[in-house]
Amino acid sequence: MELLSGADMLIRSLQDEGIEYIYGYPGGAALHIYDALFRQDHVKHILVRHEQAAVHMADGYARATGKVGTVLVTSGPGATNTITGIATAFMDSIPMVVLCGQVASTLIGEDAFQETDMIGVSRPVVKHNLSVRHPEEIPEIIRRAYYIASTGRPGPVVVDIPKDMTTPNERYEYVFPKKVKLRSYNPAVRGHAGQIKKAVDMLLAAKRPVIYAGGGVILGKATAQLTELVRQLGYPITNTLMGIGCYPATDQQHIGWLGMHGTYESNMAMHHSDLILCVGARFDDRVTNATEKFCPGARIVHIDIDPASISKTIDADVPIVGPVDSVLKEMLAQVKESKRKPDAEALAAWWKQIDEWRAYHGMRYETSDDVIKPQEVIEALWELTNGEAFVTSDVGQHQMFAAQYYKFDKPNRWINSGGLGTMGFGLPAAMGVKLNFPDDEVLCVTGEGSIQMNIQELSTCKQYNLPVKIINLNNQALGMVKQWQDMNYESRHAESYMGSLPDFVKLAEAYGHVGIRIEKKEDLVPKLKEALAMKDKLVFLDIYVDRFEHVYPMQVARGSMKDMWLSKTERV
Amino acid sequence: MRHIISVLLENEPGALSRVVGLFSQRNYNIETLTVAPTEDGTLSRLTVTTTGSDRVIEQITKQLNKLIEVVKLVDLTEGSHIERELMLVKLKATGAQRAEVKRTVDIFRGQIVDVTSSIYTVQLVGASDKLDAFIQAIGTAVVLEVVRSGVSGIARGEKVLSL
Repeated sequence: MELLSGADMLIRSLQDEGIEYIYGYPGGAALHIYDALFRQDHVKHILVRHEQAAVHMADGYARATGKVGTVLVTSGPGATNTITGIATAFMDSIPMVVLCGQVASTLIGEDAFQETDMIGVSRPVVKHNLSVRHPEEIPEIIRRAYYIASTGRPGPVVVDIPKDMTTPNERYEYVFPKKVKLRSYNPAVRGHAGQIKKAVDMLLAAKRPVIYAGGGVILGKATAQLTELVRQLGYPITNTLMGIGCYPATDQQHIGWLGMHGTYESNMAMHHSDLILCVGARFDDRVTNATEKFCPGARIVHIDIDPASISKTIDADVPIVGPVDSVLKEMLAQVKESKRKPDAEALAAWWKQIDEWRAYHGMRYETSDDVIKPQEVIEALWELTNGEAFVTSDVGQHQMFAAQYYKFDKPNRWINSGGLGTMGFGLPAAMGVKLNFPDDEVLCVTGEGSIQMNIQELSTCKQYNLPVKIINLNNQALGMVKQWQDMNYESRHAESYMGSLPDFVKLAEAYGHVGIRIEKKEDLVPKLKEALAMKDKLVFLDIYVDRFEHVYPMQVARGSMKDMWLSKTERV
Repeated sequence: MRHIISVLLENEPGALSRVVGLFSQRNYNIETLTVAPTEDGTLSRLTVTTTGSDRVIEQITKQLNKLIEVVKLVDLTEGSHIERELMLVKLKATGAQRAEVKRTVDIFRGQIVDVTSSIYTVQLVGASDKLDAFIQAIGTAVVLEVVRSGVSGIARGEKVLSL
């Protein structure tokens, strides 16, 4: 029988859970745990400079690997600093466990030093949270936390650990549970056979079908099944911002991503379709535009692991609750077996129409002889990295340009805060990726607004040697805010300018990294190459881009999917 | 439309706050809420009455089901069911009013559970609209204090909400 303290049990449970890295920041209530960490070398700790960054690092790791990220922080401010990161993970269904110290159970409720009700504070932004009430429960609670975080629709789980649960001199028997059984939590394991059959019949009868795939395909590790089904049917596929990479973007059947800044052809195809097969997406308002005008002629098949995502904003004609991989596999088998084949004539006409839309607009922008366009930076990066890099982003225009012009052929490579839209996400997320994929190129596409929200992490990058490449698309303004002000507020740029930007080159150098400024168009490609050649260095590329550029297409507010601005002057 | 949703919940600290939090987070409406442990001490039974369109009610039941501590739930208004609410009401009962108050209480099959020379305290059990009707009939002028338990409900016939 092995006797361990609560703190040792916690670290041992992480080890037994297969956790290699945790990201965190120490403090009073977590010190017993940090001491236990110190006395072993299985679980490695990465010390960030702000707790929010620890969560984004764990998140970046989770998005790139499909595994559960782990965070360790102290009580009070340590815990509350994680909230933005937890909410980011929650909105995008990212599996994560956040371990928070807490004041001793005898002090809870007495407004003790660094006490916050983390269970209460985190409740709206977690899949679940758990409190330790006795040290012996720790292995069971840890097992349960990882199980809940990673199964069904994934999400963040917070574990609150009062300091007296980890006291070194109180030891208990350590038993790591083999299985977790929760009578009140049973995620669907397969889709309803009758519904799948109905969906296949509708799919094969469709004249103007579109497959609309989301982040659920990537989270559900179903990209292979999706790709096979799409190729078998020969139908057009679009995906959400979160679904980027679920199907190769360079493939002819891929019509780009959809929604507010989606391609002209995908929004047009959605609007005119007669059947939408939605796989692991949730008809988010950034996709549908005005729901009452959404795709008037389309019947909808909706596959999702989360029943609450179905018919939430748009009613599904055929709902299928289940894991996307097994449902798609079953659909593919039925499509292959079916005597009925897709209507070749209707499909040819549909593709002709889609190709006309594609030819009419597609992804394009006006180039310039003197200023660097943000889009061309992304295109250059795509070419220089052979489309193989991991790309993280922050939030705003640069995020949209990166998603539009870097063509991802693989899943888990596009890493951004889609649901919550968290500025400050990009750099720490890139660090989480780089730590776990040291040989891969990891780019953080950001802007001068976003990067300053977690720029202190340049210090963490130095400590752990994380040579990410920071692509700062510097337009000297909060670009997306400014774009909305241009379009909706007669160009009154309320607080969207930052008049006192730091010298990012010097800043990078101060942290011990390399800084390069690019201002001239002819310098762009050579200097990008120079930066990418520095494999072992973090390079901060401060790129001065066109200050007046807008992101297009852009859906017209409160319109249907087909109502878009294609440029500053062309509205369709 | 008004719905009565009955929930079996793990009897654990914090479980109730999750249910209540869900309603405010997602902008759902709670009209009444009752909760108490069942014959199985590990489970609480919670009854919530709410109003909303079919889409909203469907979301409420789905979102409740997603809470890890929710074991099972049923929308009682989907089938025939019994609903009851308990009301204790303190009434001014003096002079000529005293007999009239007593008569009205009898008509509604209420029980006087406490008496002073100027007060009747009445217990009334029934569907919520019956309790509303009583207050209306007796007149707010004589009502000094009202306390209502909120609705409890159970399905008619063989249907059972249990593990």
